[in-house]
Amino acid sequence: MMHGPVSRRVVHVWGRNFHVFLRTWQVSFLPPIFDSLFFMLALGYGLGQFVQDIGGVDYPRFVAPAIVAIGIMNASYYETTYGSFVRMYYQKTFDALIATPVTIEEVIVGEILWGGTKAVIYTALILPILALFGVISLPGSLLLLPLGLLGGLLFGAIGLCFTAWTPSIDTLNYPSFLLITPMMVLSGTFFPLDSLPSTVQYIAFALLPLAHLVSLARALTLPSTAPFAFFSLSWLVVATGLVMLLSVRLMRRRLVV
Amino acid sequence: MFFPGRPSESAYFLMPNVSGMTSPVILADGLVKRYGNLVAVDSVSFRVDEGEVFGILGPNGAGKTSIIRMISCTSPVTSGRLEVLGLPVDGFPRDIKARIGVVSQENNLDPDLSVYENLTVFARFFEINRAEASRRADELIGFFGLSEKRDTVIESLSGGMKRRLTIARALINRPSLVILDEPTTGLDPQARALIWERLRALRSDGATIILSTHYLEEAERFCDRLVILDRGKILLTGSPGEIISERMSRALIEIMNEPDVRAWLDQEGISYEVYGDLLQITTDTPEDFVRRIVAACTPQRLLVRNSTLEDVFLRQTGRRLIR
Repeated sequence: MMHGPVSRRVVHVWGRNFHVFLRTWQVSFLPPIFDSLFFMLALGYGLGQFVQDIGGVDYPRFVAPAIVAIGIMNASYYETTYGSFVRMYYQKTFDALIATPVTIEEVIVGEILWGGTKAVIYTALILPILALFGVISLPGSLLLLPLGLLGGLLFGAIGLCFTAWTPSIDTLNYPSFLLITPMMVLSGTFFPLDSLPSTVQYIAFALLPLAHLVSLARALTLPSTAPFAFFSLSWLVVATGLVMLLSVRLMRRRLVV
Repeated sequence: MFFPGRPSESAYFLMPNVSGMTSPVILADGLVKRYGNLVAVDSVSFRVDEGEVFGILGPNGAGKTSIIRMISCTSPVTSGRLEVLGLPVDGFPRDIKARIGVVSQENNLDPDLSVYENLTVFARFFEINRAEASRRADELIGFFGLSEKRDTVIESLSGGMKRRLTIARALINRPSLVILDEPTTGLDPQARALIWERLRALRSDGATIILSTHYLEEAERFCDRLVILDRGKILLTGSPGEIISERMSRALIEIMNEPDVRAWLDQEGISYEVYGDLLQITTDTPEDFVRRIVAACTPQRLLVRNSTLEDVFLRQTGRRLIR
């Protein structure tokens, strides 16, 4: 009965989250700025002193696109896990929304869209910091903004799947430290994947969305060619579509009773 | 009963019946709701007409909220027929939801937003334009006595104020039907009185209201008709007055359970029921009974009161409605 089509009302769901975000923007804007600042100082310049050039690229430049990619992942994943869970479970916002002409599908898509938007906002906040350090090339790096949307939609949808699954807010910690944290360090972020055995590389590119996001981000911030850019882009687009469908299914199963 | 002296103050919030048709606002026929093996609503049939205030009563777990959620199109019907505003719920959820206002049992306001924003942000989901939303929000804020809190973030409001705002929010789309799930549960008596006063103003303007409540006395006074549910089935149905008068005598007398009182009752052939240290006698002529018993013995405590829905429920099921 609830198989409503997804209409433009998705924008209202998105708009509600954006409205709340703007109410608290002083707090909301700080995490990406500080995260990227500390990452750059600690890894790029602290650790970087002990690291040789990687394929002719100095370490701060190597790690900079990874910092953006991690920012994209964290922005949307944590928004649609802890953020959406609080809205769904504690604030009963989803219940309030589906009592209006909004459908459950529109709530889910609106949440994912908001996750993607938040990733774009975070990317836009991180880019000037990296530009100040002089570690990204412009204007090519501005393409990280649309990449942020794509990556944000994917990680937003992944997050919502876990939100649909989790019995409580505490169990949301599991995907966080079993999936997100390992992915953060194993996706060619802080060291190149080709230094690992080729089987591990295949597994990383088969399963880890962040590996593709990092590889595309690096192709944009460094004036270099990325041989697998088209493959990575296709991988992200297909995965985004599939995981979004899955998240809608799982959420319907949880909420339509 | 207290009626506010402003009969049409809320007329603006309600959608008038322009068609003049008298088709039922809600029609339920053999309605069933199952959760796995649990039958929450077991073949329930009732109808609610335009302008009626209809109560759904019953102990916890009787199926009240399940019925309300099916009417609100937020929970699928397992089987049976359910039409709201002339439309089947499984075919037209979006159209129905556009024309009803729902106040759910749990507070689901936006804690990060102000009173005014809670109303205007919600208005967007009904495709109400910005200027109109702002106008309606301010009128509703006035109607529910929240003007001083207009720009306050709702986290700092009292429970009663939050509830009034939730009801105000349910009226933002000028609903043809207002659905309230336990509108006063968990509030102190003063806050409850304020809410009933506002709901009465809505009722006197001809709103069609369906509500579930735990407060029988209030339901008895407020509802035109009601159903009392027990374990998913309709136990009693009708107007509060009918339900009581068809099943019980007008008055109920409670006397302390003492040997001399019992002896006298037995001697006179008057039937009574024992509830702990109290004896209950029902009668249509309480004045006469009291005169006789006081002349015959000296009861420690004697209370004469009107029979209530609670008494009917107790006699029908052997259980109290509220435990």
